[in-house]
Amino acid sequence: MRHDHLVTAKQLTRADVETVLDRAAEIDADPGAFRDRHAGALLGLLFFEPSTRTKMSFEAAIKRLGGDVVDMGSVESSSVKKGESLADTVRVIEGYADALVLRHPRQGAAKMTGEYVDVPLLNAGDGAGHHPTQTLLDLYTIRENAGLDDLTIGIMGDLKYGRTVHSLAHALTNFDAHQHFISPESLQLPRSVRYDLHEAGATVREHTDLEAVLPDLDVLYVTRIQRERFPDENEYHAIAGEYQVDADTLAAARDDLTVMHPLPRVDEIAADVDDTDHATYFEQAHNGVPVRMALLDLLLGDSE
Amino acid sequence: MSEHELRVSKIRDGTVIDHIPGGQALNVLAILAIDGSGGEEVSIGMNVPSDRLGRKDIVKVEGRELSQDEVDVLSLIAPDATINIVRDYDVVDKHRLERPEEVTGVLTCPNRNCISTDDEPIDSRFAVLPDGVRCEYCETIVRDSIPDLIDAA
Ligand SMILES: [Zn+2]
Repeated sequence: MRHDHLVTAKQLTRADVETVLDRAAEIDADPGAFRDRHAGALLGLLFFEPSTRTKMSFEAAIKRLGGDVVDMGSVESSSVKKGESLADTVRVIEGYADALVLRHPRQGAAKMTGEYVDVPLLNAGDGAGHHPTQTLLDLYTIRENAGLDDLTIGIMGDLKYGRTVHSLAHALTNFDAHQHFISPESLQLPRSVRYDLHEAGATVREHTDLEAVLPDLDVLYVTRIQRERFPDENEYHAIAGEYQVDADTLAAARDDLTVMHPLPRVDEIAADVDDTDHATYFEQAHNGVPVRMALLDLLLGDSE
Repeated sequence: MSEHELRVSKIRDGTVIDHIPGGQALNVLAILAIDGSGGEEVSIGMNVPSDRLGRKDIVKVEGRELSQDEVDVLSLIAPDATINIVRDYDVVDKHRLERPEEVTGVLTCPNRNCISTDDEPIDSRFAVLPDGVRCEYCETIVRDSIPDLIDAA
């Protein structure tokens, strides 16, 4: 890859995506070949908001490559709480590690951090902004299950605040994907994402319900609609119910529909979907480790 | 020069910014970081009748010539403005307004969750789009209310 930092999915070309996914497939096929490939490498974990799964999958990835982590720990117990700027924090911690992983509640935090550090930086989520490593594991899962070319995908749920949606939608513009966005009107794609998709010449259609498009889909990517987004609890319940998927809903879908979700879920996907052939979200979550191993392997470079 | 414009005194050396959209003169001063504390002699005409714009504002700054950077930023809120550099009562130069590719440190991002609004050692940075501006940090796009973002502090 040409980039030292992975800040947004927008910077990934089709070739970049394929390089990472191909490497992840190699790792999946023969994990032993990659053991200790980066012995002694240290990955700095800067999690300014909790995310157990993302953090653990990065830990698992670097440890499987023979490296280890240095962890800032929780924000509550660190000097950050005492008012130190993020720019200062990262400039100090970059000296402790060969690469950094940043999760931060502010949009643009990873972009700014990238301006201050020289070691490779991986954005593991910045507010409602970007989550490119999630996108890569999403793409890996899509490629394994449905293929990335001539893909018809429905992306449903909170499209306004869902950073995984923004990153995925943009990354898919590298492929000839037909993207259908399904959401309540109040949670439609933000202006900036529409702008990027338009600039990229993407085929984009927006819907308020799933029914009409469901039979055409190769992939249905469901995201969570959060209660906090609604001032009124009743409004939340009225809307959220319409964007839940269960085994009955999927009766109208193609047999080979792949259903995905960047876990954790609450009740967007009913438990009765888990036992169907459509359910791919646990596999998707497991793909986080080989994909992050592949990324780290490429960013840390040849140790020989 | 029309009778109305004569109400705003002529200047000897400095800059006349004419054909500013009506009501934007104070925003122009904000962009130039002129708040009177620097001792500049400034004359402002607001909502002066204009053939071209209906109503326009006009700003004259004595003893100060604008840099190209400042002129570029002005283009965001006053795309039709003309910039006249005056020396010894004569207009010696007219600047063309050109939209810059990026403006730095002038606008404040309206997204309260944007890292650029935090107490970090960075300047705000906006890309200039054909019909608006876009924060380089959080990517928020602003089209209609750019003057509201001008950092008047
Ligand atoms: Zn911003």
